[in-house]
Amino acid sequence: MADVQREYSSVREISGPIIIVEGVEGVSYSEVVEITTPDNTKKHGQVLEVDGDVAIIQVFEGTSGTSTSGTRVRFTGRTLHLPVSEDMLGRVFNGMGEPIDDCPEIIPEEERDINGLPINPSAREYPRDFIQTGISAIDGMNTLVRGQKLPIFSGSGMPHNEIAAQITRQAKVLTGEEFGIVFAAMGITYEEANFFKENFKKTGALEKVVMFLNLADDPAIERIITPRVALTAAEYLAFEKGMHLLVILTDMTNYCEALREISAAREEVPGRRGYPGYMYTDLASIYERAGRIEGVKGSITQMPILTMPDDDMNHPIPDLSGYITEGQIIVSRDLQRKGIYPPIDVSPSLSRLMKDGIGKGRTREDHDGLQNQLFGAYAKGKEMRDLVAVVGEDALSELDKRYLTFSEEFEKKFIRQKKDENRSIEETFELGWKLLAMLPEEELKRVDQKYIDKYYPRTKSE
Amino acid sequence: MIEGNIIKISGPVVVAENMKGAKMYEVVRVGEHNLIGEIIELIHDRATMQVYEETAGLHVGEKVVSMGSPLSVKLGPGLIRNIYDGIQRPLEDLKAAQGNFIEKGFSADELPLKTWKFTPTVSAGTTISGGMVIGEVPESELVIHKILVPPNVEGKLVDIVPKGEYHIEDDVATVLTTDGEKKLKMYHSWPVRVPRPYVNKFPPAMPLVTGQRVLDTFFPIAKGGTAGIPGGFGTGKTVTQHQLAKWADAEIVVYVGCGERGNEMTQVLNEFPKLKDPRTGKPITERTVLIANTSNMPVAAREASIYTGVTIAEYFRDMGYDVALMADSTSRWAEALREISGRLEEMPGEAGFPAYLSSKLSGFYERSGRVESLCGDSGSISIIGAVSPPGGDFSEPVTQNTLRVVKVFWALDKSLKDQRHFPSINWLTSYSLYLDDVNPWWSKNVSSEWKETRDRAMELLQKENELKEIVQLIGPDALPERERVILLASQIIREDFLQQNAFHEVDSFCSEKKQVAMLKIMMDFYDMAVKLADEGITMLEIREVSGVSKIARLKYIKEEDVDSYIVGIYAELKQGYEKLLENYKGR
Repeated sequence: MADVQREYSSVREISGPIIIVEGVEGVSYSEVVEITTPDNTKKHGQVLEVDGDVAIIQVFEGTSGTSTSGTRVRFTGRTLHLPVSEDMLGRVFNGMGEPIDDCPEIIPEEERDINGLPINPSAREYPRDFIQTGISAIDGMNTLVRGQKLPIFSGSGMPHNEIAAQITRQAKVLTGEEFGIVFAAMGITYEEANFFKENFKKTGALEKVVMFLNLADDPAIERIITPRVALTAAEYLAFEKGMHLLVILTDMTNYCEALREISAAREEVPGRRGYPGYMYTDLASIYERAGRIEGVKGSITQMPILTMPDDDMNHPIPDLSGYITEGQIIVSRDLQRKGIYPPIDVSPSLSRLMKDGIGKGRTREDHDGLQNQLFGAYAKGKEMRDLVAVVGEDALSELDKRYLTFSEEFEKKFIRQKKDENRSIEETFELGWKLLAMLPEEELKRVDQKYIDKYYPRTKSE
Repeated sequence: MIEGNIIKISGPVVVAENMKGAKMYEVVRVGEHNLIGEIIELIHDRATMQVYEETAGLHVGEKVVSMGSPLSVKLGPGLIRNIYDGIQRPLEDLKAAQGNFIEKGFSADELPLKTWKFTPTVSAGTTISGGMVIGEVPESELVIHKILVPPNVEGKLVDIVPKGEYHIEDDVATVLTTDGEKKLKMYHSWPVRVPRPYVNKFPPAMPLVTGQRVLDTFFPIAKGGTAGIPGGFGTGKTVTQHQLAKWADAEIVVYVGCGERGNEMTQVLNEFPKLKDPRTGKPITERTVLIANTSNMPVAAREASIYTGVTIAEYFRDMGYDVALMADSTSRWAEALREISGRLEEMPGEAGFPAYLSSKLSGFYERSGRVESLCGDSGSISIIGAVSPPGGDFSEPVTQNTLRVVKVFWALDKSLKDQRHFPSINWLTSYSLYLDDVNPWWSKNVSSEWKETRDRAMELLQKENELKEIVQLIGPDALPERERVILLASQIIREDFLQQNAFHEVDSFCSEKKQVAMLKIMMDFYDMAVKLADEGITMLEIREVSGVSKIARLKYIKEEDVDSYIVGIYAELKQGYEKLLENYKGR
């Protein structure tokens, strides 16, 4: 299309993050545009729709400063690409993937479309390698495996960042291979971003971290790009360079807000709570980029963080995420109020890939039965708590009282741990069995007898 | 062939002009990459198309060519064991051609280009009509693929090849039709949006036995029936669908992964070849066709995927097979409809879904049924659709419109899931309208007591629910012993019958016979316990009777050992019962 005029100044309309250009020719869907405002500021945009000679463009940096006269729009003829290279490790980029750490430009080994391509389902390898995070509530009860996408559902004011940071510090597979980290910030504060930066520094592995920062005061629309840019870098490092990567995406709620803003500006038919009807598909195009590929060494494990508006799990953002991700870690305000860190509520949390990542040869033979029994006993204890609220503790039988104490101790000893406490999986199991010893042996119906014989501490700790 | 030019691109929706003469639902090739699309609207010379591949990079002015035929699937040997995307492109071939990621603009042969052992079943001179069987091909260890005359062909068989090995593209027969001679191959094409014809529909009579206790005993689906499984995330829709695909006594299983996770399809691909069908002992892949259009694959192909699936299912039904079709999830399909509809700027109905959602959904479920096929055999399609309601709220349009057509409702319940009660099917809100239809089958083939035992157990569970409200107010101790016995017995039913561990080697599948035996002993225990309670013996004492705890182990007992194990429990119960009574009278 070299003979076609590629720059136009025929801006017809500007509305929110969208500008509409008319009289264009040969524009392709999704192509990148460069916008020069009357005062010579450069902005970037992407074609959302072409209708005859009219192109609808979303502007990542926002439309302030653009005008219907004097603004030039140049069509580049290509979709958004990210230059990738192994040298990205240890570097900091903005939300569009441009370096912002005063170091030289990346010399690309390759340029990749940031939208990636769907992994062929028959090329995937089922994730099975246990990741030890050192956090009992995760390792013991909701085990993470390599190649999984496991989000943290949290709320404002809760320590999801601390949990994510602790995981990035401690995560390892038992074979010893280390993780590289790709960190994508979307609309979080400088302070939060800095917290993560300091944390990565503390691990002494800053050279294994790639950071993409779109902070709270950066253009909101750019957030649409940030996770895709980050995952493009991750895919390159994982599937070309054989690295195992942990990708932290925070905060997905801000991402979805940006999506809604674009949708509203385009006057699309809104879905639930004004979010676009295609949000499921859009989120899937991010989350599904986690995984493993048969015959390829690297892997992408995703840990998106999202703050649930009003702690409401039925809000469209956590709801749609939960339908795509392979489980969720739920941070609970009740536990936080009780002063328990990490306040992970194990009952509604879930790791869908757990059952294939645990057991003999992976964690330990009794893992499944043990976690099942702990879940059961904890649930029963919580039931007793509710009952006590109604009928008083005296109405409980001796056994019921034991369950009640069990649930308290479970929260205090098993779930609670220090921010720098890195428990090995064996320590987690030992702790679990020690707690189960508070209950009579006959009550342990969910564990195989042979494991009870082997692991149940017979000298009771009453 | 009609050739036009693109004038508008909006996501998967593309509009082209100069398309006069193109027909609705015709397949088009779009742009220089030859993307596959389908016409969904025609205004004057403008055609609106949904494109089944990623449209990024497509530009205004590029060519659009109509192919002259509607979106069709190729039906013939080679379907079994295959895994397709939403428009019947074999994913294995895609992988071989393009690597690990799916790129656009690729077409592949739908059926493997290989030879098959063909045995003719009719001879030259026979008058043949659409749907007739002219030969057989052993396709897999479990499936004899019957070669059907395309439904729209009839005439006199002039010639048919003798028994032997033939390539899929070889002509195997010649028919003299009113329009002249026509060559037949082992396969034919059929448009996905047109239901395949049949002679007659029968009422349902046989259950589709799934080996899942809560389904078979409490809420059975009939062969040829329809069921909906709605549930919020994490409640176990996919596990249930997988269990059905593994254990249902269907001869063919078509599994459509529609807008769901990639790893779930990988799991199916890894796991199914290792599992043996409990009835034939053969790997279950030998009867399975997979369609995978995961959530990150193009949205328009997701819309097509369930039609591709149901057309393949109809084809096997026409051979006289019982087919089970699992669609996971119909909500994602409905969302694809919504997305396309939004791009067409149609007037939205409830929650943004198009007003035709309801008719599209019922049109899909209506393709189920037990029929007399054109070849005179009887075959069936049972459709089981998962629904993913936003926020787990069943009042949303997809769930509600599904419930209006399906006859079985398996309600997945979040609070049961939180208690780790699996499968999390709520026994109070679920229903099946096939109970009376399948009762004669159970009476004849399994046990005449099935229905009665099931109804009594259901009543007990209802009663438990009422009592639970009281317990929450005043505590369990305040209840009379007789009612505490109800709580005990229903707890046993809930934990030891309704709960079933999909990942346990033995418990994953439970035969019809074992189901009845299990529930029967639980109800017999209840009857005994009531008698004891009436004598003044407390629930806590009854619970301690030896044998009671063995009921809980029953689900893990292998099929062949069940009978003797149950005899043992009965003996222990009886002994314990008499001893209690004796002790009590002695007090």
